[in-house]
Amino acid sequence: MNRGIAMEEIKLRVSGIEKSFPGVKALSNINFAVRKGTVHALCGENGAGKSTLMKVLTGLYKADKGQIFIDEKPVEIKNPIQAREYGISMIAQELNYVSELSIEENLFMGRLPLGKFGNVDWKTVRREAKKFLEEEHLDYDPAQKLKTLTVSDIQMLEIIKAVTNNAQVVLMDEPTSSISQAEVKILFHKIEELKAKGVSIIYISHKMEEVFQIADDITVIRDGEVISTDRAEDLDIQTVIARMVGRTMDNVYPKEQVALGEKNFEVENFNEKGIFGDISFYARKSEIVGFAGLVGAGRTEVMRAIYGLDHKDSGTVRIDGKEVRISSPSDAIKKKLIMLSEDRKEYGIVPVRSVMENASLASLKRYFYGGRSHKGKERREVQEIFGKMNVKTPSLETLISSLSGGNAQKVLLARWMLCEPEIMILDEPTRGIDVGAKFEIYKLMTDIVKEGKTIVMVSSELPELIGMCDRIYVMCQGRITGCLERKDFSQEAIMMLATGLSKTHKKEDA
Amino acid sequence: MKNDKLSYYLQKFSILIVLAAMFLVCSCLSPYFLKTNNLMNIARQLCVGILIAYGEMILIVSGFLDLSVGSVLALSGVLAVSAYKATGSMALALLAALAVGVACNLFNALFVGNFGVPAFIATLGMQQVARGIALYYTGGANILQLGKFVNIGQGMVGILPLPVLILIGVTVVIWYMFNHTSYGRNLYAIGGNRKAAEASGINSIRSIYISYAINGLLAGLAGVIFMARNNAGLPNGAIGYEMTGLTAVIVGGTSFTGGVGTVMGTVCGAFIIGFLENIMNLLGVNSYVQSVIQGLIIVLAVAFDIRSKSKKSSKVIMAADDNAGKK
Repeated sequence: MNRGIAMEEIKLRVSGIEKSFPGVKALSNINFAVRKGTVHALCGENGAGKSTLMKVLTGLYKADKGQIFIDEKPVEIKNPIQAREYGISMIAQELNYVSELSIEENLFMGRLPLGKFGNVDWKTVRREAKKFLEEEHLDYDPAQKLKTLTVSDIQMLEIIKAVTNNAQVVLMDEPTSSISQAEVKILFHKIEELKAKGVSIIYISHKMEEVFQIADDITVIRDGEVISTDRAEDLDIQTVIARMVGRTMDNVYPKEQVALGEKNFEVENFNEKGIFGDISFYARKSEIVGFAGLVGAGRTEVMRAIYGLDHKDSGTVRIDGKEVRISSPSDAIKKKLIMLSEDRKEYGIVPVRSVMENASLASLKRYFYGGRSHKGKERREVQEIFGKMNVKTPSLETLISSLSGGNAQKVLLARWMLCEPEIMILDEPTRGIDVGAKFEIYKLMTDIVKEGKTIVMVSSELPELIGMCDRIYVMCQGRITGCLERKDFSQEAIMMLATGLSKTHKKEDA
Repeated sequence: MKNDKLSYYLQKFSILIVLAAMFLVCSCLSPYFLKTNNLMNIARQLCVGILIAYGEMILIVSGFLDLSVGSVLALSGVLAVSAYKATGSMALALLAALAVGVACNLFNALFVGNFGVPAFIATLGMQQVARGIALYYTGGANILQLGKFVNIGQGMVGILPLPVLILIGVTVVIWYMFNHTSYGRNLYAIGGNRKAAEASGINSIRSIYISYAINGLLAGLAGVIFMARNNAGLPNGAIGYEMTGLTAVIVGGTSFTGGVGTVMGTVCGAFIIGFLENIMNLLGVNSYVQSVIQGLIIVLAVAFDIRSKSKKSSKVIMAADDNAGKK
């Protein structure tokens, strides 16, 4: 399928790469070529081998077999420093920076220019850093600590850092996972600039819309093997997804229209000075209510305050028409209101404990009462819910940290299902998980609302909100700027409200 | 799969295997080691250390620790001794010790839980405070002639020394607590990821208070036994015992980063250290050299723990890849 490619200048060629770990073949017979000055997207489910391949390219892993060519010359990349010397640079999914150090120190980390006596030449550092910041139109002082920057600016700095390293090939692993739509635009603009300079980019993302927006070539990887490489214009999203999962997916969003019940969840006048204000919304039984907005619009903050995790200055919550006082998550859980946090690592999993303990964590009262434990019951119920949710785990004793992102997320959802909630706040329920697991979580959400329960979903992926929700509230700068009914859903309408350009839907009828 | 199970059990019981090997080696090295008298002696000597170790384990599993336990032990011990001398009541003496232990630790909990002071700092402060009070109260002098008070440290019930019997009782309670109460689960969760535990409705501040309170009860009980064994109220006693406790906990496989640890491991860890100390004494190893060896063992135990963990985590990645491959 590599038609036409031989005609052009190839920057990086990967030929016959194989990599095994004891008992597992992670990569086999990987072949693809990246053209100079293009964006080459790598698509595949989590665990397909993309990360392993990246690690081979940056010298973190040594391939068992195969050859890497740069400018058609065979090279051997033994470690990240060598990779850098060959002009290969990586922008990691989780950014590598030291938040307590300044911008300039981060920019020059590991390659600070030295003066005569082996001392650091801070003058050069300052001058160069200033120059880069100005070139990139980033209005920051080089001495500013990195933790005061936004995620997207830090990412931009990472890219600048890579380019100042004379990178010829830049690897980007999920670069848009934690930045807003507007910032994505800036990133894409930057990528175009790099392309114009002849830099090649290997782009990994789960977000198909983005891939098709930016990629010139698309290589699909499944189970450690290259399935295909094509020009982006010869492909469509359905085809790529079908190749990734190895089957056709006729419907990405298994939304079913369910008759909506009565209002059972009302939030009124939530305020927290400087974070959000005047937040009022409601949800009905069997309804999936979405919350859209740019990163930093305050959606997560509102939800955390409702759930009792963060402080609020004022505001009331009514469940089934009765006002409830929620000052901690345990209050909320007692009222059958739960929240799945957006940050799985920080607020979700307890990595050193088993999947079973992780699943039962929020409902320990069911398994420890009367002065003793009821572990048989715990096992039985966890097993049952895992079965229902199709959680793939070698055993109930397996540590949760050894599961893939999608399976870990399902364990966390199981944790909340075991609480038998009536109202579920799901904050970015599908972030960072593969297409197959996403589908299963959507399916589960559909099943949940069929039982008359209520879901409030916060998401930064508009297609997902549009695909799954009955109504969408849009937030901008700490305020609700509008509410859209399903018939009025469109990416444009949501973006107008999210950027504060339109306020036509300000007051929804009750 | 069968191999997996085997390695799972090997890992789970590796500490028992180490203990058994240690026991075998010791009994070969010295014929005196296996004598009932000697073994009883080891058990008796370990009582105070294991009580302290339980307190440390509760705290370390949940992500904290206590550096003040040696001082608190001494303070509650001397106060118990003087309560006994004043009233002649063993019950009052014990009560005084437990109360003082708990009181000191509620301060620890206040600073660690409510004010967010790192446990290392908060309990380092308490170490000085409690020792200071003990020395001030006694004027720095040992309290002698304890009369029947010594029974709790030296008495026998049938063939078992009384402190060993007490220890067995405490062990059952602590084991039950870790394995069959929601409080035990909370400890693991808080130590493993405090934010996640809190987001799941667990009250971590309450858990901190309970943990330090239990640690205080154990310190008070250990104080009474310690003074009774020494037949004196020693305001300068038990210096550095927090390290003895910590060593047993760490050698016993409790992770210093929290979330992992078992009671069986801690008991085994304490006995491994106890056997080592005993055999070095029996072989006449210089006591300064003994100190060097013990220091090395702590560092090696932690290094081993970290190594095996990083190996595990690389396995983990493969398992994840493997899982995805099966879909």
